[in-house]
Amino acid sequence: MQMKPIVEMHNIYKRFGGIHAVEDMSLDLYPGEVVGLLGHNGAGKSTFIKMLSGAYQVDSGTIRIDGKEVQIENPSVAKELGIETIYQTLALADNLDTAANIFFGREILTRFGALDEPAMEHAAMKVMKRLNPQFRKFKDPVINLSGGQRQSVAIARALQFNARIIIMDEPTAALGPHETQMVSDLIRALKREGIAIVMISHDLHDVFDLSDRISVMKNGRHVWTGSTDETDKDEVLQMVILGKLPDGSYAPGIVSTEDA
Amino acid sequence: MDEVATKPRDGLGHRLRTAASASQIDTRLLAMLGAVAAIWIFFQIASGGIFLSPRNIYNLSVQTSVTAILATGMVLIIVSRNIDLSVGSLLAFLGILGGFVQTELLPLEGTHSWWISMVVMVAVGCAAGGAQGWLIARFAIPAFVVTLGGLMFWRGAGWLFTKGRTVTPLDSTYSVVGGGSIGETWSWIVGLIGFGAITAITLWNRRRRKALDFGVKPMALDVAIIAAAGVLIAAFVMTMNAYTFPRSEAGRGIPVPVLILIVVACVMIYVANMTRFGRYIYGYGGNPEAAQLAGVNTRRVVIASFALIGGLTALGAMISTARLNAAPLSIGQLLELQVIAAAVIGGTSLSGGVGTIVGALIGAVLMQSLQNGMVLLGVQSAPQQMIMAGVLIFAVWFDVIYQKRRV
Repeated sequence: MQMKPIVEMHNIYKRFGGIHAVEDMSLDLYPGEVVGLLGHNGAGKSTFIKMLSGAYQVDSGTIRIDGKEVQIENPSVAKELGIETIYQTLALADNLDTAANIFFGREILTRFGALDEPAMEHAAMKVMKRLNPQFRKFKDPVINLSGGQRQSVAIARALQFNARIIIMDEPTAALGPHETQMVSDLIRALKREGIAIVMISHDLHDVFDLSDRISVMKNGRHVWTGSTDETDKDEVLQMVILGKLPDGSYAPGIVSTEDA
Repeated sequence: MDEVATKPRDGLGHRLRTAASASQIDTRLLAMLGAVAAIWIFFQIASGGIFLSPRNIYNLSVQTSVTAILATGMVLIIVSRNIDLSVGSLLAFLGILGGFVQTELLPLEGTHSWWISMVVMVAVGCAAGGAQGWLIARFAIPAFVVTLGGLMFWRGAGWLFTKGRTVTPLDSTYSVVGGGSIGETWSWIVGLIGFGAITAITLWNRRRRKALDFGVKPMALDVAIIAAAGVLIAAFVMTMNAYTFPRSEAGRGIPVPVLILIVVACVMIYVANMTRFGRYIYGYGGNPEAAQLAGVNTRRVVIASFALIGGLTALGAMISTARLNAAPLSIGQLLELQVIAAAVIGGTSLSGGVGTIVGALIGAVLMQSLQNGMVLLGVQSAPQQMIMAGVLIFAVWFDVIYQKRRV
């Protein structure tokens, strides 16, 4: 990666009351790469990523987008910076159709202030074509769509507004094998378009399949970040569970549980 | 790659549904219209031709107007996962307030008394509804509880105004809102405007969709729909005009309450389908969390929806009190349940997210037709209520089946 990072999160701290949820965590993100963020439940990865999506504020540390320091005060600010989040629940309104979901909260209006349905439907067709050319059910409420189709609607919502950074929280957790394959294809397509993706996942197989780099967190701290090609599942599991680095040492701030 | 899952099913019902969805016709609405038609034909025969007489249709349409006006607001309330039990009591309060303003606060029969009292009613109605919405949205008190409180509160507040006296008589100009009609010529003009608007909207939609390369309905179908609308409008105007004043040839024309209902219905259909507010109501009803994550100010949406139904309640209060030429405390009792029933019969789901204004309007017509028809047949009020209960439960049962089969 010779390019400049699009996101630089350096020395991030976040406390909730007396609990240090994230301590001194750093992560860079380059255009067109997928970073898999791994860790146990409670390792701090969701908290860390929510400071990028605007749901939480950092206590200390810096976030730079395109080299410029930013304060991401709320999800709207994040969206303006081109950061879109795809939640594990997808956050779709099941009773609305595809176009209404893609534009939910950011509707296109006519000159007279009314919803411009044809324009939104037109745009929805265009963006869905990039993701899922076979998709036809534009008139159906999204509850009638398959899991993979729903995922593509959620991703389309990010793409429609020119996301440059996409955060995916457990993108394949609720999907069957066929749908997982479809989402994997989607993620590769996004990569080709130069979008940077952070993927939080429990599924080591998916992470190894899709990510260019892997970053591991434990107890709110950074354990290891490196290229996916340079490691394997066993090493990563050691890091996730024990905080034990490939060379046998322990990451700073991580107490060895083996010796205890 | 994912159309594999939908295997072709070949039943007649399925083919009909496919044909209907291809032509973008709502089968549910058609079924409801069929039910109304069946009820009308039944009562027409059973009453020996009285039910569909101009006079009875005129009365039926006036009787329907208050429930229908409120039901358009109730749809949005229920779609956004709330409920409003206070509309009957609030209607009584606003009626008394309006009567008080025009007869005691301002000079009786004063030039400006009628419209000032109307403005006060709408303003107070919106404020009262908005206040209930604020309690619900700001403090997360369930709407059921807040509006149950409203049900008790507003009738009590109405009593305080008059110490229980019925305010009567009311201003004579004001009474036109309840008992007046617009005459034959104006009825035709209104009908023509309506027909012109439907034609213009249909053509505009066609052109817009064509410009964006979308599929359009077959021209013949659009023409048929416009023609059907034209026939219905003409039939309605002719019926209203055929009901003459006593000892006179002059037809009454469209009643003012019905005119108000028509305007309210058009505005509410627009609000529900073509505005951000309407979109947020439905989106919030479908998934409140999604609305929040999408940056929708959900609190404001809830407050606005209650302010809206408060304003509609003021219109209902005007029509009800003006018809009676009096504002008694007992007015609007159990109205909330009638309104909710109309919305539910019209396909509004109590679990939120689903419901249409047009459906609620048909629901209101259906309920009022039953009631009106049973009165014509001399059915006592006790069995009347029991039959209505059966219809309500049947309608919801039908809807449950319908929703299941569609998936």
